[in-house]
Amino acid sequence: MRVVVEAVSKTYADRTGRPVSALSAIDFTVDAEEFVAILGPSGCGKSTLLNIIAGLLRPTSGNVFFEGVPSAARSITATVFQEFALFPWRTVQGNIEFGLEEAGVEKRERRRRAHQHIELMGLTGFEARYPHQLSGGMRQRVGIARALAVEPAVLLMDEPFSALDAQTRQLMQEELLTIWERTRKTIVYVTHNIHEAVYMADRVIVLSRRPGRVLAEVPIELKRPRVEALLGEPAFTHAVERIWGLIKREAREALRE
Amino acid sequence: MSTTTRVPVEDRTRFLARREYRALRVVALVGLVMLWEALARAGWVPVLFLPSPVGVLREGWDMVLSGELLVHLAASLKRLVLGFAIGGGLGIVVGVTVGFFSVAEAVGMPLIAATFPIPKIALLPLLILWLGLGEPSKIAVIALGVFFPMAINTYTGVRQADPLLIRAAVAFGARRWSVIRKVILPSALPMIFAGLRLGAGTALLLLVAAEMIAVESGIGFLILNAGNLMATTQLMVGIVVLSLLGVLSHWGLGCLERLAIPWQS
Repeated sequence: MRVVVEAVSKTYADRTGRPVSALSAIDFTVDAEEFVAILGPSGCGKSTLLNIIAGLLRPTSGNVFFEGVPSAARSITATVFQEFALFPWRTVQGNIEFGLEEAGVEKRERRRRAHQHIELMGLTGFEARYPHQLSGGMRQRVGIARALAVEPAVLLMDEPFSALDAQTRQLMQEELLTIWERTRKTIVYVTHNIHEAVYMADRVIVLSRRPGRVLAEVPIELKRPRVEALLGEPAFTHAVERIWGLIKREAREALRE
Repeated sequence: MSTTTRVPVEDRTRFLARREYRALRVVALVGLVMLWEALARAGWVPVLFLPSPVGVLREGWDMVLSGELLVHLAASLKRLVLGFAIGGGLGIVVGVTVGFFSVAEAVGMPLIAATFPIPKIALLPLLILWLGLGEPSKIAVIALGVFFPMAINTYTGVRQADPLLIRAAVAFGARRWSVIRKVILPSALPMIFAGLRLGAGTALLLLVAAEMIAVESGIGFLILNAGNLMATTQLMVGIVVLSLLGVLSHWGLGCLERLAIPWQS
């Protein structure tokens, strides 16, 4: 499915009641089967934008549309959260089945689909564990499995690997890319990490700092499948440098806040 | 000319270490009871004021054999269990409702805040006036005593539910009832159990108070009656039974908690 974000703005009141503009007239589209990264300095409202797309936050003005053939059997979006947001009282299996329960999928089919995604995410043998018994990387595997299990048309990811250590992050990025090559979902991926955005996405939408505006849309012309060797290619370095050039000043100003 | 020295690093946290002293726990308790027994046997204190531990045990065993103790215990347990179930159940329902629905919070919180500080024993005469001298007024005062800690703890637990988890549930299609059942209630469980423990203490207190008015059975009656007859040994049996009830309920709730909250390490 295509995601169309039309003139989305978000203003909220700060502690003293003054209006603060978080997002200002955001326009972009994400094509079906496209992997788009939304990148910006801290406090640019990129997570706010993702929440608006997920229907968890109402924009002050503007609209978000999903275009395509709807399917009753599938959810439109599913979200992977930065802090994992797993239910501590549910086992790995229980967490993965949550969205299916809410969609009214009957028990046998729930088991089957959970099992399938447990295998896909390399969680076999961990079905009965509780989240606190897992490492950060394994927890986010559960988070991704929970999202994929509802077979969403659009996968929304809010800095999914930023709470992980650098090595785990690298491995998880590769895993996600492998799965994406196979399933070809539409992905909207929020990150503040330029290398990550360029390495993974087809297109990077660069936001300015508050109020977030679209500074540029940078297409990434690296061939797929993306492998580590691409990290040294001139096309990779150029894209990184171009984006850093766009947000360096913004990031510096954000630092002074 | 200066000489070089070699200073080893010492463990500076040593004085913070805490040990278990398992043996000391037992020795201290047994020692105290033995001291008491010796004191009673020496005859320095009249048995009327301080009966010996062995005497209390013997009296207790006799009362078990005659069936007297079990009658009192059964009567007390029935009041406790009924009062606890009614007060606890209502407390959880009110706590969740007031914690989740802002209208209920606006109506309920001022009411709870105004009535919570009343010592529940003070309501016993009023309850007797309303419900009569029989069982209902006894059960009602226990239920009231359990209701408040349960309602307030459940409310706090509900309000402390992680907003991120609620959002995650909503993101995966959960509606109001699902959010309450699958996120808010499990989040509140540890607080609910803390409320149950508080309630258990209050319930025991109110039980004894209620059983000292116009009843013919129960541990509270046993203690009051023994006191009137100056049967100090019997009175001590009643107190020991109460203490056992307290310890048992605390232990039982602990086991129940581990069963109900298996995700807590």
